Amino acid sequence: MCLSIPSKVISINGNKAMVSAGGTEYEASIQLLDDVEVDDYVLIHTGFAIQKISEEEAIKTFDLIKALDAIEDEIDKEDKR
Amino acid sequence: MKYIDEFRDKEMVELLIKKISSITTKDIALMEVCGGHTWAIQKFGIPSLLPKNIRLLSGPGCPVCVTSKKFIDQAVAFSRLKDVIITTYGDLIRVPGSTSSLNIEKSKGGDIRIVYSILDALQIAKENLTKKIIFLGIGFETTAPSSAAGVFNALNENISNFFLFSSHKIMPPAMAALIDEGVTINGYIAPGHVSVITGSHIYDEIPTKYGVGCVISGFEPTDILQSIYMLVKQIHDNNFSVEIQYKRVVKPEGNIKAQEIMKEVFTLRDDWWRGLGILKNSGLAVNEKYSNLDAEKMIPVIVEETKEEKGCICGEILKGLKKPKECKLFGKVCTTSNPVGACMVSHEGACNAYFRFNN
Ligand code: SF4
Repeated sequence: MCLSIPSKVISINGNKAMVSAGGTEYEASIQLLDDVEVDDYVLIHTGFAIQKISEEEAIKTFDLIKALDAIEDEIDKEDKR
Repeated sequence: MKYIDEFRDKEMVELLIKKISSITTKDIALMEVCGGHTWAIQKFGIPSLLPKNIRLLSGPGCPVCVTSKKFIDQAVAFSRLKDVIITTYGDLIRVPGSTSSLNIEKSKGGDIRIVYSILDALQIAKENLTKKIIFLGIGFETTAPSSAAGVFNALNENISNFFLFSSHKIMPPAMAALIDEGVTINGYIAPGHVSVITGSHIYDEIPTKYGVGCVISGFEPTDILQSIYMLVKQIHDNNFSVEIQYKRVVKPEGNIKAQEIMKEVFTLRDDWWRGLGILKNSGLAVNEKYSNLDAEKMIPVIVEETKEEKGCICGEILKGLKKPKECKLFGKVCTTSNPVGACMVSHEGACNAYFRFNN
């Protein structure tokens, strides 16, 4: 039930928006969000957009993971049993 | 960017596993609170990728699973009233009540309709003015704002034949209760979509009071593995805090508008959780201002005595104390096509996820 689908906003009409996910278009309420714009990606849960998805943060998350490769492994000797 | 494929990247998965394995060989038990995480963890086979010293426990974050049988029995009783249409998310319909289920009532002619959103239920209310439309509200902070919005809209649009039957619950009291009960949890993989609404501060007490870290996680394999890495690192460094891995949608302050509409419509009450019993201020009831839309207050009904099923250990599974395979009924008497307990019905239930992905 807590599953939510990333969807792209196609058009907006008042409190409603047409969004698209995986090639399917459907209507969702944007009552719970301010400043939704066409082309935004939003998370849809039970018919409501509950948050905008930040591309900038998504990219930062990838970069953080990739950067792990450069960190020295730091296992404690005492941790080893 | 579609935000799905990128987070399933094989090389990143391998890198994360390598990093997780390189921090410590201590035994660590991490609990994924949210049923959505349980589902994803089983689907992507995460436990088999992790080093042996890291165990994942499933938690109480499956709305259908923690919902009381009394709620189902009362919904069944409502559905037997002639002038009532029950509207519900699909998950609830197969959950066994004491002697019946909504599915059974539907087959006997009860007007029970599965909807995707409370907005569909409002539409049904507008089209059936001589009937009372009851929406069964279950779920945590992710779902509660949509129920609140539905109730708010019904009042403002003068829809007087619409009622909410709320079993909404909030997550933090359950997370604290598990530690209070003595369940060994070294870190929480905290619910991603609950936190989209609430923000990260609702968990602040867990590291400060209990010395247990929380990392708010997304639902794709690299999300979950990165969250595990962050938790293991906290444990290794002995430095516990609330961190957000799922930054692309979770902000520290959450979704304020959604929080406001919840406050407008709901009030906290003590509530019963399967496995945990009654937890103080853990449930959301419709408040006074909206009491005309509260099914519990407006539609009196006699509810049968609650009978729990024998042999089902769903309660212990929801506390991370037992695995589904330890239930004698698992996979034999209790299957996804013939569920005995709620944990086998819901897609987010641990029994359901283990059955589908490990059997
Ligand atoms: S397998 Fe079925 S009976 Fe056993 S705990 Fe899970 S839901 Fe209950």
